[in-house]
Amino acid sequence: MMIALASVTKAFGGRVALDDVSLTVESGHTHVLLGSTGSGKSTILKLILGLLKPDSGTVRVDAVGRMGYVVQEGALYPHLSVARNVTLPARAAGWSAAAQEARLRTLAELVGLEPALLRVYPHELSGGQRQRASLLRALILDPPVLLLDEPLGALDPIARAELQRHLVRVIAEVRKTVVVVTHDIREAFVFGTTITLLRHGRVVQTGAFADLARRPAEPFVAEFLRAQLPPSDMTREL
Amino acid sequence: MRRPRVTTLFASGLLAVAACGTANAEAPTIRVGSKSFTESYILAEIAAQIIEQTGEARAERRFGLGGTGIVYGALASGDIDVYPEYTGTIAVAILKEPAVTAIDALRERLGPRGLTLGGPIGFDNTYALAVRRDAAARLGVTTISDLRRHPGLTAAFDPGFLDRDDGWPGLRRYYDLRLADVRVMEHALTYAALAGGRVDLIDVFSTDGQLARLDLTLLVDDRRFFPDYRAVLLARRSLAERFPRTWSALERGLAGRIDTATMARLNALADLERRPFGEVAAVFLGRAPDATRSPRSELGQLTGEHLTLVVVSLTIAVLLGLPLGILAARRPRLAQLELAGVGILQTIPALALLAFMIPLFGIGRVPALVALCLYALLPIVRNTLAGISSLDARLVEMTTALGIAGWRRLAWIELPMASITIMAGIKTSAVLTVGTATLAAFIGGGGYGTLIVTGLALNDVRTILMGAVPSAVMALAIHAAFEALDRLVVPRALRAPTAATD
Repeated sequence: MMIALASVTKAFGGRVALDDVSLTVESGHTHVLLGSTGSGKSTILKLILGLLKPDSGTVRVDAVGRMGYVVQEGALYPHLSVARNVTLPARAAGWSAAAQEARLRTLAELVGLEPALLRVYPHELSGGQRQRASLLRALILDPPVLLLDEPLGALDPIARAELQRHLVRVIAEVRKTVVVVTHDIREAFVFGTTITLLRHGRVVQTGAFADLARRPAEPFVAEFLRAQLPPSDMTREL
Repeated sequence: MRRPRVTTLFASGLLAVAACGTANAEAPTIRVGSKSFTESYILAEIAAQIIEQTGEARAERRFGLGGTGIVYGALASGDIDVYPEYTGTIAVAILKEPAVTAIDALRERLGPRGLTLGGPIGFDNTYALAVRRDAAARLGVTTISDLRRHPGLTAAFDPGFLDRDDGWPGLRRYYDLRLADVRVMEHALTYAALAGGRVDLIDVFSTDGQLARLDLTLLVDDRRFFPDYRAVLLARRSLAERFPRTWSALERGLAGRIDTATMARLNALADLERRPFGEVAAVFLGRAPDATRSPRSELGQLTGEHLTLVVVSLTIAVLLGLPLGILAARRPRLAQLELAGVGILQTIPALALLAFMIPLFGIGRVPALVALCLYALLPIVRNTLAGISSLDARLVEMTTALGIAGWRRLAWIELPMASITIMAGIKTSAVLTVGTATLAAFIGGGGYGTLIVTGLALNDVRTILMGAVPSAVMALAIHAAFEALDRLVVPRALRAPTAATD
C-alpha cells in the first residue's frame, strides 16, 4: 500500500468537499478517481500532494521525495521556455545543468516531445504538446507517485485519443503508483486497474471496472456509467 | 593579513564625510530665506548681498520657501538664519498674540525661541485704499476718514478684501463709511478700472509695484484700522552673536532704509520690468549688478537637482515598495493595513506633506526626498500586491507541487510573471514624481520648481514655463526610459502578444 486516506473530511467555507472518504492506492497500481464536477476527486489529489490539510481523518503517503503532478491545460509557466519549465523541479533540487540536460533528453523521447519544442514558449505549443511537456515535468525527478488531474480534459478529441494511448504506454513503462482523476468513464476504463466512483464528496463504490458495471453498489453507479455510453445505433453506424 | 572590518571601513567613511564638512565650515555660511513673492525675494536678496559684501560669511540663498509655516519652520529648526517677515505676521501667525505690535515687545517674546528682530526696514505692507492722484486733489481726500464726506464714490475690491474681517466689512464699520457702489473684481483688473475712471477707489497692497506706475495716492489709515505689517528681518540670535559685523551691516543697510514708495519701486522693477532679483537688489545697494545668474544658465544645475530628487526618491520607493507589496501579497490582513497607510499618505496634499517634513528633517533636499518617496510608494505597493495576488492560482499552487518555495518561488515565478504590473506601478510613480518634485522648491529642495515658484511670484509666464516645460520633458524621457527597461525586466514571452493556439 502506497497511499491511504482514512475517514477524511474536508470543507471549504460551509461547502463539504469530502465527507468521510477512505481509500487506499496500492503501490505500482493505477487508481482512477471517477466522478462529475464537484464530486471531490481533485480535492483528494491535493490532499495527497499536501497542498491541503484534511479537517478530520488522516492522509498517509508511504513515499519519499516529491510526487509528479499534472493538471488540465498543463499549468506551464508562460514566461519560461518549455525546457526551463520542465527542469524547474530539478533546478530547485540543485541538479547540475548536465544532469538536467541528460534527463530532459531521455524523458522528451519517452513522452513524445520533439527536442525542438523544448526551446519554444508554452503559448507556442498545441494543447497535446503542452500536456506532454507537463508530464515530462512531473517525471523529471523520477517520483514514485504520479498524480494526474484530468490530464486530457482540455484536448480536442483526436489529440485526446492519441495522447490517451500514449499515456497508457508511458504509465506501463515507468511502473509508478498513479492516481488519475477523470470524469470520463472511457478514460477510467483505459487507465484504471481500480476505480473509485465519487459523488458529492462521498465514495460510492471502489473496484475494477467490471465490478462497477456488473455489481453496482447503488443505482447511481449504473446511471453514471450508462450516461456516457454512446447510443447503440451510433456505435452500429461506426 | 586581516581584512579590514566592515565597521572600520564604515568609520573611515564617516571620517571622510566629516572632513568634508569641516572643510566647508572654514568658510562659514549664513543661510538667507525668503517667501515666494517678489518683495520677499528682493529683501532677502538685498540681505544676501550685504552679507557677501561684509565678508564675514558666505551667503546661501534658500529663496522661495512656500509660506509662513514653511519659512518660519526652517528658521526655527535652524535650516536658515534670517528672512524678511512682517510684524503683523509675527504677532498673529507666529506668536499667536495679535495684540502685540511694538518691535521691542515682539523681540522680547521671540527671545525664548532663540530668535531676534532687526529694526523696522521702513515700510508697511498692508491693505490700503488707493485713489487717482488727480481725483484725490480734486476731492481733497488724503485720509480714509475723509471718505465719509464723499458717499457718492464707487469702489472695486478684490474678493479677498471684500470678505475678510480685516478688509472692507471691518473697515466700513470702523470708519462708518458709505459708498455709492462696491464691485467685486479680480485684483489685477481693479487697477485698470481705477485708471480708466470706471471706479474711484480700489484696495491695494501698500508696496504694490503698480502704484508708482499708475500715479495713485494711498489714503492714510488715520485711525489705524489696518493691522501693522511693518517689514523686518527675523533672524536667529546666533546670527547676531556669531557674525556681529554682518548683523550691524544688515541693520545699517536695511533698518529705516526702504520707505513704502521705494519698496513699491523695487517691486515694480522686478514685476513690471522683469529685472532679476539680484539686479534689483544691486540697484538698491548702489552697486554695479553682478553678472547675475540668468535662469537659463541655472537650467543645467536645476536639471541635475531635479533628476537627483526623482532618481533617489524613486529608488528608495522601489526598495521599500516592492518588499511591502510582496509582504502584503503574503498576508492579506496586513495588505489592508498597508494599503490604507500608503493610501492615506497619498491623500495628503503634496505641499502639506512637504510642510510636515520640516519639523522632522528641516528644509532642503532631505525632507523633499522623504516626502517624494512616501508619495511614490502607493502605486508601487499597490501594483506589486495586485500583480502577485492576481496570478493564476493553479500556477502558484503548482510551485508547491514542484518543490519551488521561498525566494525561488518569488524570483523564478511570481516576480517575473507579475513584472508587467509591477513595472507599470513603478512607471506611474516615476512620472508622478517628476511632477511632484517641482513642489520641492517650496521647501528649498531645488529642481525645476525653483523657476516655477519664482515665475509665480513675478507672475511671469516665461519663467514658469522654463521650469514647467523641462519638467514635462523629463517626465516623458523617464517614461521612455522605463519602456526600454521593460524589455530587460519583463520576460520576452510575456511581452509578445500571446498567440491563441487552441
